[in-house]
Amino acid sequence: MNGEILQAVLCLVLVIVLAIPLGGYIGKVMNGEKVFLSRMMQPVEGFFYRTLNIDRDEQMGWKKYAGAVLIFNLFGFLAVFLLNLLQGLFPLNPQHFGAVPWDLAFNNAVSFVTNTNWQAYSGESSMSYFTQMLGYTVQNFLSAATGIAVLFALIRGFVKVQETGLGSFWTDLTRSVLYILLPLSLVVSVALVSQGVVQNFNSYDRVDLVQPITLADGTVITTEVVPQGPAASQIAIKQLGTNGGGFFGVNSAHPLENPTAASNLIELISILLIPAALCFTFGRNVKDKRQGRALFLAMFLVLSVCLGVVLFNEMRATPQLAQNGAVNTSFAGQSGGNMEGKETRLGIAASGTWAVFTTAASNGSVNAMHDSFTPIGGLVPMLLIQLGEVIFGGVGSGLYGMLGFAIFTVFIAGLMVGRTPEYLGKKVEPYEMKMAVLLCLATPVAILVGSGVACMVPGISSTLTNTGAHGFSEILYNFTSAGGNNGSAFAGMASNTLFMNLSTGIVMLFARYVPLVAALAMAGSLAQKKKVAVGAGTLPTHDAMFVGLLIFVILLIGALSFFPALALGPVADFYQMIG
Amino acid sequence: MKLIKSVWAKAFGALLLFTLLCGLLYPLAVTGISQLLFHNQANGSIIEINGKKYGSALLAQQFTGDGYLWGRIMNLDTKTYTDSSGKAMLYASPSNLSPASDRYQELVKERVEKIRAAHPEKADTPVPEDLVTCSGSGLDPDISPAAAEYQVERIARARNLPVQQVRDIVAKYTNGKFLKVFGEDTVNVLKINLALDGILK
Repeated sequence: MNGEILQAVLCLVLVIVLAIPLGGYIGKVMNGEKVFLSRMMQPVEGFFYRTLNIDRDEQMGWKKYAGAVLIFNLFGFLAVFLLNLLQGLFPLNPQHFGAVPWDLAFNNAVSFVTNTNWQAYSGESSMSYFTQMLGYTVQNFLSAATGIAVLFALIRGFVKVQETGLGSFWTDLTRSVLYILLPLSLVVSVALVSQGVVQNFNSYDRVDLVQPITLADGTVITTEVVPQGPAASQIAIKQLGTNGGGFFGVNSAHPLENPTAASNLIELISILLIPAALCFTFGRNVKDKRQGRALFLAMFLVLSVCLGVVLFNEMRATPQLAQNGAVNTSFAGQSGGNMEGKETRLGIAASGTWAVFTTAASNGSVNAMHDSFTPIGGLVPMLLIQLGEVIFGGVGSGLYGMLGFAIFTVFIAGLMVGRTPEYLGKKVEPYEMKMAVLLCLATPVAILVGSGVACMVPGISSTLTNTGAHGFSEILYNFTSAGGNNGSAFAGMASNTLFMNLSTGIVMLFARYVPLVAALAMAGSLAQKKKVAVGAGTLPTHDAMFVGLLIFVILLIGALSFFPALALGPVADFYQMIG
Repeated sequence: MKLIKSVWAKAFGALLLFTLLCGLLYPLAVTGISQLLFHNQANGSIIEINGKKYGSALLAQQFTGDGYLWGRIMNLDTKTYTDSSGKAMLYASPSNLSPASDRYQELVKERVEKIRAAHPEKADTPVPEDLVTCSGSGLDPDISPAAAEYQVERIARARNLPVQQVRDIVAKYTNGKFLKVFGEDTVNVLKINLALDGILK
């Protein structure tokens, strides 16, 4: 039992130890300063700019920056959409998969462009290697890079004084991919292959069963399929870029996607690595490291408490599993606790920690089935997404969301003491507040409207695996996942239906682009402002009180928005469990 | 409109270049390195002996015979995949059941009864949970040491072997935690059954 806690604590420590130096590195890269990869990457970077006719020092106004993001993402959407529909015409398709239905293609394209990576399909039974590589792997990189780029536009908004330019989206995009995402992915993917993650272009293997199986209808099965494909290269970036879309249907629970405890540790740390590092980058680039540390601390505290709650619950089996002691759920010689939907090699600690990391960050990959968590063990991941994906959150998008909450917090604190609120020397005025509200409330609105509508759709209950309160939890979780651009699922609910494909698609688009444009609009306004000198009435935004206030505001908005829905789902489920 | 004109060509070009780089060159590079350095792992960790493929060390097969070690509960999928002659092939999926429901309680109760009936030696010893729960993938290749130990006497009885000999085989294919801390101790079900059959030495 102590081993479980030690594992979780070590994971937290590893994240911090790796994130701090990476944070400094990212800050340098995005400012165009020299780093150890410069010698190797500068020629490639230069080639990109020359070929695309890009002025690397261009200063785009916020509208142009947003326009570039949106049009670039629109092309990305079209590419994935068309690859889905036309994959039968392309090579690297040894299983001869044909076009998927248009509504599924729409959902897949939206999902990967918005960094959600919600999957209404199962990769190994419907997607060609060509689609996975040129469609999904590419968007794994680009949606993450888009998030980083927008974050840096916002950071520049705080740093610049009486200017209108926020930097060039093309430069930010190129640097994020070439210096950050691509090198990290190369290292991680080769490490994953060494553990047994497949990486090839072969057709699926067929092996003979040692003991043939006779089915109820008399059919004898003598072989097993071993799916193949270029998996490791996609899995590395799906973890690093907070994407989360698995190469295989069951994601990182699949032994060929996450074969050992070592591969699990690498994938697990990769989830939080960049979002955590960006906090330190933020402090460095606004030239006040304490600001970055305060935001990191607020996120880290919420993360740690959530981790504790999940482990506490998953380490106890449900009465329904324990069968009055007929089932051994102890920790002697086995993992113990609630092992339904969890892999033996991973056990409770690695599965519980993953569930918290993947929902805190808007990653959404899973290594255990969240649908089969205990009621409270499943509530916490859901809540972490509902808080707006700001507890680290998506690469870039998590921190710009958090900055929205920081501005919200100085505003509320300003109201209390009756002074004009300011953050990092910039006055927060009605325009910034409007944008901050959009940033903070887009997620709750998307989730609640989405799941509310879904509950009124006739026949929706027949698409659920579980019934009662847990059935409602499935609907709520899945719209939460779409609305938080997370991508994990209570996978018992059938997601590949016309209604679900269209509705979650719309929710994902809304939840991604409303905050994104709001962040850029805010950046544009902030950049034009003067710097206010720190005075006696300035609320310090780096001390323990601010961290506490910030957490309070996040929880307040989250709790007020979601308490009724959570009471009907996981909380009711919990009371039914204890009977 | 002017804005769109000024960016659309760059957007299209950038997508094209990044698709070549991240969608083609990068996976090709990783494949090249992997096939060179980790050939067996990169191709599915297939256990192939004398030209016969007995399975992937990473994917579960279902064992029900008394002389075999049994694994996690498998939610069989025999509909999705067929071989070139149209015969169904085995795959599996998770249950996605809530472990807090009445339906689940019934299901586990049945499984416990079945396991107990097959293991008279164990009498009322609690059944290790790996034997009555479905894994996250449905294809979990491992069980815990406790779940293996529970079956040792049954396997020895069915095969007419000394119990200690079965225990030794189990011990041989038991893996510890990563760095003694991360993950759990595991027993690879397929490898043990191949060893019991004398195929894997």
